Amino acid sequence: MNWLPQFSLERFKGIILKEFIQMRRDRLTFAMMLGIPLLQLILFGYAINVNPRHLPVDVILADKGPLGRSILYAFKNTSYFDFIRQLNSDEEGREALNQGDVTFVISIPPNFSRDLVRGDKPVILVEADATDPVATGYALSSLSGLLTSALQNDLKGPLAYLNGASGPFDLQVHPLYNPEINTQYNIVPGLMGVILTMTMIMITGLAITRERERGTMENLLSMPTRPLEVLVGKITPYIFVGYVQLSLILIMAHFLFGVPILGSIVLLYAAAFVFIVANLALGIMFSTIAENQLQAMQMSFFVFLPSILLSGYLFPFRGMPLWAQAVGEVLPLTHFLRIARGILLKGNGISEIAPEIWPIALFAVVALTIGITRYRQTLD
Amino acid sequence: MADDFAIDVKGMTKRFDKRTVVNNIDLQVRPGEIYGFLGPNGSGKTTFIRMLCGLLRADAGSGTCLGYDVIKESALIKTQVGYMTQRFSFYEDLSVTENLDFVARMYGMKDRAQAVQKSIEQLGLSRSEKQLAGELSGGWKQRMALAACLIHQPKLLLLDEPTAGVDPKARRDFWEQIQLLAAKGLTFLVTTHYMDEAERCHRLAYISYGDLLIHGTVAEVIAHAGLTTWSVHGPDLIQLAEKLRQKPGVEQAVIFGSKLHVSGADSAALEQAIAPFRAGPQQWEKVPSGLEEVFIHLMEKSTAQDSS
Ligand SMILES: Nc1ncnc2c1ncn2[C@@H]1O[C@H](COP(=O)(O)OP(=O)(O)OP(=O)(O)O)[C@@H](O)[C@H]1O
Ligand SMILES: [Mg+2]
Repeated sequence: MNWLPQFSLERFKGIILKEFIQMRRDRLTFAMMLGIPLLQLILFGYAINVNPRHLPVDVILADKGPLGRSILYAFKNTSYFDFIRQLNSDEEGREALNQGDVTFVISIPPNFSRDLVRGDKPVILVEADATDPVATGYALSSLSGLLTSALQNDLKGPLAYLNGASGPFDLQVHPLYNPEINTQYNIVPGLMGVILTMTMIMITGLAITRERERGTMENLLSMPTRPLEVLVGKITPYIFVGYVQLSLILIMAHFLFGVPILGSIVLLYAAAFVFIVANLALGIMFSTIAENQLQAMQMSFFVFLPSILLSGYLFPFRGMPLWAQAVGEVLPLTHFLRIARGILLKGNGISEIAPEIWPIALFAVVALTIGITRYRQTLD
Repeated sequence: MADDFAIDVKGMTKRFDKRTVVNNIDLQVRPGEIYGFLGPNGSGKTTFIRMLCGLLRADAGSGTCLGYDVIKESALIKTQVGYMTQRFSFYEDLSVTENLDFVARMYGMKDRAQAVQKSIEQLGLSRSEKQLAGELSGGWKQRMALAACLIHQPKLLLLDEPTAGVDPKARRDFWEQIQLLAAKGLTFLVTTHYMDEAERCHRLAYISYGDLLIHGTVAEVIAHAGLTTWSVHGPDLIQLAEKLRQKPGVEQAVIFGSKLHVSGADSAALEQAIAPFRAGPQQWEKVPSGLEEVFIHLMEKSTAQDSS
């Protein structure tokens, strides 16, 4: 492989320019690139109902008495909550939620057992990451039954009266990031990622196969072009298309669905660059493998399905079985969803989204490398 | 000596799924030469040319093209070769100028705008420079393709049926252009199915089903074929031709306008066959064989061998 030292900026520019002209002349594709986002945004603006269990929970257990633990068992028995760690302070709790490590933080206050037995009705605080309200909704609604049933076995004899009508303690649920629990808030930023995935992979998926089918490949290969120039040159114009789509969706999301933009737009645009490139690289990789445009399309669909199903777009990520989560972690969309929701709904900064950037970047590099090695410089 | 030849290759072989399409071909082309490459459809001409410029990997063979190793240095060969594909392979959704500009960029030309302008004028494309390449007529597409192949001032041109579908005037212009460039030292390898074009070549090679059967100047090729031809002039040539074709020793009996050409490889057998007809009302005259008779003779010989 000696393509790197011969990389020519002039040829690279030539290919970009050519792709731009062709894109401009291909009205239908151009209209589709702008039409798809608009159409999908309107169609998918609805919530999809699911009932995830076993959501990750961190616990702040300040109570030394026995009742705090009993309550936690009751939580666990609902099957909605899986305890991950025990934390020591509220700050740690916030941090865990902010990072997206857990969906809930449950705090049991100091002297909970004592206050409860005294009949003071102590309060348990449940903080929820409500950016994905579908994920948290069912879990939260299961809590109402907990109030009276949780301590039935503990409070017997003289204490039985505490199990009265309103229960022996109070639950205070505190949905963070999306306090009104609006599903559109969650779906719309996700849709941004989904639309970019679909259009970007599809457009470049056709890039090389189209040259082959139209016979122009013979000419392109007879000239001293290098794989990297051709592949990156074909990707570059579509980065702009990606940004146009992104902007279109953001504007609609904000003004039509009222999705808040809490974090930095600049940061979102910067992160989107990596994501757009990753999808384009995947498309161009398919393009070098596929024999014809139809095959390239089929390969694209092969990625759309897992992207939509396993990324946390349709189904809450934490609610999926572990193997599905493992597959999901590989997909760029999974990470971009966290970034987009994080920035728009939680106001995340660079430190929170950085861990989501590198898996996308790695994906892009791998896809492009495979594409370059697979790019055939001959016709046979 | 590699520098003595623009193309100097030995034993070039290409197989597609075990079927040998180019079989052990040796070829030497001198700089400044117009070399004609002829042969029936599917004989492997395009395949051979593609191997020369690195578009197909040869299964066997070695040699040089413009002094570069034809197997290992195809990246370098590409910078100095202009390859005109048999099928139009420029971007149909780009205009003539845009296509030429693209090609100029691919070769990293310095004074690009000027080179594009010059080649547009040279090939008389000025009127259609803004037109989309896909909307050009067949002949104009060929002109544009030739312009594009020449833009980076290559030393060697590989032209695969450059004049297919081009009108006679344009064809003549085209060949004048080629001859002018050859005089300046450019080398041409041209495939064609036209005999008049073959006759304009300095040297020829005839390839049939992968084998190079014959090569040399037009005169050498004709002499080598050892064909005898009689020209017949007079009435009732159609009936005469019909009768002659039945006779052993007569390979071809073809009417050209008012003349009938009768040829055969075995001159004794041919003379025996025509003897009964020479007393007829027609005039008989022995003439030198033309290229067309030679090629048809070669084609029939190789198909006969193939089927045996
Ligand atoms: N990519 C390929 N895969 C398989 N077979 C091929 C391929 N390219 C060419 N062939 C076969 O190789 C043979 C030679 O083809 P080629 O195009 O070189 O012929 P040609 O001499 O250029 O013919 P023509 O005068 O019709 O252009 C044909 O039988 C063709 O079917
Ligand atoms: Mg051919």
